[in-house]
Amino acid sequence: MVETSEDRADGLFHALSDRTRRDILRRVLAGEHSVSTLAASYDMSFAAVQKHVAVLEKAGLITKRRKGREQLTSGDVAAVRSVAEMLDELETIWRGRIDRIDALLAHDNPPPTENEN
Amino acid sequence: MPVTDITKDLDNRTLTLTARFAAPAQRLWDLYADPRQIEQVWGPPTYPATFVQHELTPGSQTRYYMTSPEGEKFCGLWDITSTDEPHGFTFIDSFADADFQPVGEMPSTEATVCFTADGDETVMTWTSVYASAHDMQKVLDMGMEEGARQATNQIDDFLARHPAA
Repeated sequence: MVETSEDRADGLFHALSDRTRRDILRRVLAGEHSVSTLAASYDMSFAAVQKHVAVLEKAGLITKRRKGREQLTSGDVAAVRSVAEMLDELETIWRGRIDRIDALLAHDNPPPTENEN
Repeated sequence: MPVTDITKDLDNRTLTLTARFAAPAQRLWDLYADPRQIEQVWGPPTYPATFVQHELTPGSQTRYYMTSPEGEKFCGLWDITSTDEPHGFTFIDSFADADFQPVGEMPSTEATVCFTADGDETVMTWTSVYASAHDMQKVLDMGMEEGARQATNQIDDFLARHPAA
């Protein structure tokens, strides 16, 4: 299956739509955590936390590696940044529209010109 | 700067924009009701918009396209769901193929536009609720080239507060 940038965006937003997953991401961006350490931080089962970690991993937001019996996870800063950038880009488009509306409205009442022919 | 506020709600994929203009609400309404005026402001200069069909009446369908620098056309539809001249209107914004047939089953964006008079000025509030990240990406594809990206964002702030160990 070919993953398009749009599939990737869907995965990113789905992963970030959950409070616990955002919290896990905050922790693993700050440093590598084992899944069992993460699980101890939440009032839910190890399996449930592991499931959240899997969603984040599938979205490419975190990476997992094995060290002995431990599963260590850390955040992928570049992937997280791309979601925020998407919203920033939408904001930029809107700022442009507002500027153009303002410019168009300014044409309604042009300032008087001194050298009108 | 006429933009007074843009808030982005990542959880609900909602963009809310508040802008103040030195014009009466009716003037803003007229701008949005006139396809020749709206196409001057909708698309960035690199992606000019052409509104081939547009009327601000409930039940009417706006058809427009934006043209990329390479000449590729991106078509869109606005299904106008309600109007209250000159106070605002609502519509469902979706993407279309080259024959203006809707693409995908889900409506893309629910937009609510309000013009609120404040003395001689008007405050425009524009709320867009994106149905999916796919739709946000499509909007970006249509206007990608404009402007520099915002340098700072929440993640940068977070990283600044929590530098890598």
